[in-house]
Amino acid sequence: MPLIRNGAVAEDTYVTVADDAALPDGAVIVSLKRFRAERSDLLARNHALGVVLTSDQSPETLGPDLDRLSVVVLEFPKFRDGRPFSWARLLRTRLKFTGEIRARGDFLYDQIAYLKRVGVDAFELPPAITPELFARALSEMTNVYQPSADGRETISALRG
Amino acid sequence: MVQMLTANRLIDGRVLYWKEGGWVETLEDAERFTDTAAAEAALTAAKDFVARNLVVNPYLFEIKDGRPVKEREIIRAAGPSVRTDLGKQADHV
Amino acid sequence: MYRYDEFDARFVRERTEQFRFQVERRLKGELTEDQFKPLRLMNGLYLQLHAYMLRIAVPYGTLSARQFRKLAEIARKYDKGYGHFTTRQNMQFNWPALKDVPDILGELATVEMHCIQTSGNCIRNVTADHFAGAAADEIEDPRPVAELIRQWSSLHPEFSFLPRKFKIAVIAAREDRAALRYHDAAVEIVKNAEGRTGYRVWVGGGMGRTPYLGYVVGDFVEKPDLLGFLEAIMRVYNENGRRDNLFKARIKILAHSLGETEMRERVLREFKEIKAAGYLQVPEAERARIAAYFAPPEFETLTDEPLPTDGDLGRWIANNVAPHKQPGYAIATISLKPIGGVPGDINADQLDGVAQLMDDFGLTEIRASHEQNLVLPHVRQKDLPAVFARLTALGLATPNAGLITDIICCPGLDYCDLANARSIPIAQEIAKRFADLERQEDIGELKIKMSGCINACGHHHAGHIGILGVDKKGVEYYQLLLGGSAAEDASIGEIMGPGFGEHEIVDAVDRVVEAYRKLRQPGERFLDTYRRLGMEPFKNVAYGEQLHAAH
Ligand code: HEM
Ligand code: SF4
Repeated sequence: MPLIRNGAVAEDTYVTVADDAALPDGAVIVSLKRFRAERSDLLARNHALGVVLTSDQSPETLGPDLDRLSVVVLEFPKFRDGRPFSWARLLRTRLKFTGEIRARGDFLYDQIAYLKRVGVDAFELPPAITPELFARALSEMTNVYQPSADGRETISALRG
Repeated sequence: MVQMLTANRLIDGRVLYWKEGGWVETLEDAERFTDTAAAEAALTAAKDFVARNLVVNPYLFEIKDGRPVKEREIIRAAGPSVRTDLGKQADHV
Repeated sequence: MYRYDEFDARFVRERTEQFRFQVERRLKGELTEDQFKPLRLMNGLYLQLHAYMLRIAVPYGTLSARQFRKLAEIARKYDKGYGHFTTRQNMQFNWPALKDVPDILGELATVEMHCIQTSGNCIRNVTADHFAGAAADEIEDPRPVAELIRQWSSLHPEFSFLPRKFKIAVIAAREDRAALRYHDAAVEIVKNAEGRTGYRVWVGGGMGRTPYLGYVVGDFVEKPDLLGFLEAIMRVYNENGRRDNLFKARIKILAHSLGETEMRERVLREFKEIKAAGYLQVPEAERARIAAYFAPPEFETLTDEPLPTDGDLGRWIANNVAPHKQPGYAIATISLKPIGGVPGDINADQLDGVAQLMDDFGLTEIRASHEQNLVLPHVRQKDLPAVFARLTALGLATPNAGLITDIICCPGLDYCDLANARSIPIAQEIAKRFADLERQEDIGELKIKMSGCINACGHHHAGHIGILGVDKKGVEYYQLLLGGSAAEDASIGEIMGPGFGEHEIVDAVDRVVEAYRKLRQPGERFLDTYRRLGMEPFKNVAYGEQLHAAH
């Protein structure tokens, strides 16, 4: 499963650790549940840390801990569940999260451009999406009508 | 119970009926299953056409006295009852 | 009317190519039906009983003659020579092939049309008062606001995978011709005590399995804040709307389970955040740019004259023509409800004929109404006789606008994959039963609305008389509802009791109407009499002989 970060294939330096598995050395990603249970230990480690939010978990629940995280993974249980789009938007625009926002799970080629717009900058590509397709997805629509977390100029701004 | 098997063709949505391992366009030409096991076997075989992206949504429906039991299937087999000049009923004339 | 600039044109072209690629991948098997379905729906493509069905967006119902001609061409080339106008001011074709749809979209794009967001769990095509820009009672033309919302909602990155569809309507007149309170959200243009124009925003209306009327969440939203306020509503919905049960996923369920106070609080909290962040403010210049497109045509200086009252022309004028805000002009409704015809259907020759009529009489635009009719918004009064003659020749001069035979009706089991019963044949029988125009005129305003299943595409909850098709052990049955309204006096119809068979329902309607004629007081519409007397007197007669028959 290739990881795309900032538009290019990148090495995944994180290990996602199951709730009952021992923590390996190095950067890890854990569930929100585990993060809550082992919060101080996890924050005390000298490694980058990420948390997975399932689609029913708002990033607002992370509170000030958000600043201590370097990755938030938004998990799509089913591509039709559109909540992660709002979570990404909140992370970027309201909570001013500057770390990596990563999409994981069941999302479609046709959702990539939307995800990028709401602030997702890393994608764990499902098998059907090659890096070439990924690039194509971002080229389909040249302009946008509404402001979002990507800061792109809207059509109304371009009209001057 | 007599049953028949139907689906819609992916490329144009037209109604199709099962006959001996393939599809025909009219109810009259289609296969009637008096045996439930044979009907289920056909449905399983039809799933292969779904996997090959030729049809969508295959299912079995019931026939009584030579006609589908449900109004829905009567209309699918014929065309809109309010436009008898259109659909399969029109091709028959 | 709104004209695309290079940005809009490119957007629609690219969206067409995007869809072409989706269809290609589907046909090659790179997308499963499960994956493709939400994508095709977002572009208005359904799979129905006999074939695919393509729903074309007619934003706020406004069309030009050129667009009408293109629709006629598509009807002939890719369909079976006709189309259908819906209760959301859109147009549907019933027979296109999947492989042709990208080409159809390409053709539509040449006349600034598309199918973007005419279905799917996204913000749907925005509707507006079909008398916009012509109504004597409006504060301002609501369409610039509708256009603003259309642009903001087009391929919205955050709100394209909502729990369920989301429909927005805009009005600016006291009289509600757009079923405001039955929408997921609605914008009502109002003036406050200081005489400033702003928006009253409604939320939580809908029909379907559990009908609700919307309530106000924003008493007076200032002009630059509208999109921010709508975005707040959308975010509250996207985050909190139910996703576990399709029938409970609309915002109406969220809005009415949270209650008005809580809903208001959440929307306001979200709105404050959005406003503080400072994005999505719509500057006056942009509003003015859009509004300029909707400037009224250059009206001639004319005076109101007495209109003909005699004969067929007089009848048509009395029933289908409404007052215009400009002296010497009139609003003419073209009924798509010929007695015995299919409500809302129009054929390619009629589309071309109407386009020609528009050109010949200098009419730059036409409207589709949510009552499945067409409206010519700016006709010179002195042209009415000639316009009527043309419409008569086209078979489009039925003088029944707003009368009992002007029935709203969904496609039902004749076309629809979800239907429980046929609806069109029942509408046809009712129209034939009440064909006598004198009787229709005596009955006056009476809105019959019919759906072939609980989804309520035919607005049965909002009919003065509503009819709902149900399936009882494989047999088509029809429930009668009385007392609904989609107008400014909105209400939800009440179910009378056991359903009627296919051969009983027309008699039942007839008896209910006759009861009204006996019971009414001077000046009362059917709806008024029903509201005064309740269900009882109507129920007592509706079942006739079979009153106690077991159902
Ligand atoms: C023929 C294919 C059609 C299908 C499969 C279809 C499907 C549906 C479904 C499933 C709903 C309920 C959605 C919900 O409650 O969440 C619905 C609602 C609706 N449909 Fe259709 N529809 C069709 C045609 C039409 C037509 C022809 C019209 C206009 C005449 C129409 C107008 C509406 C309207 C106005 C609603 C909204 C009712 C509400 O607020 O709940 N639909 N449709
Ligand atoms: S109300 Fe039901 S039958 Fe009628 S169009 Fe809608 S889904 Fe189909």
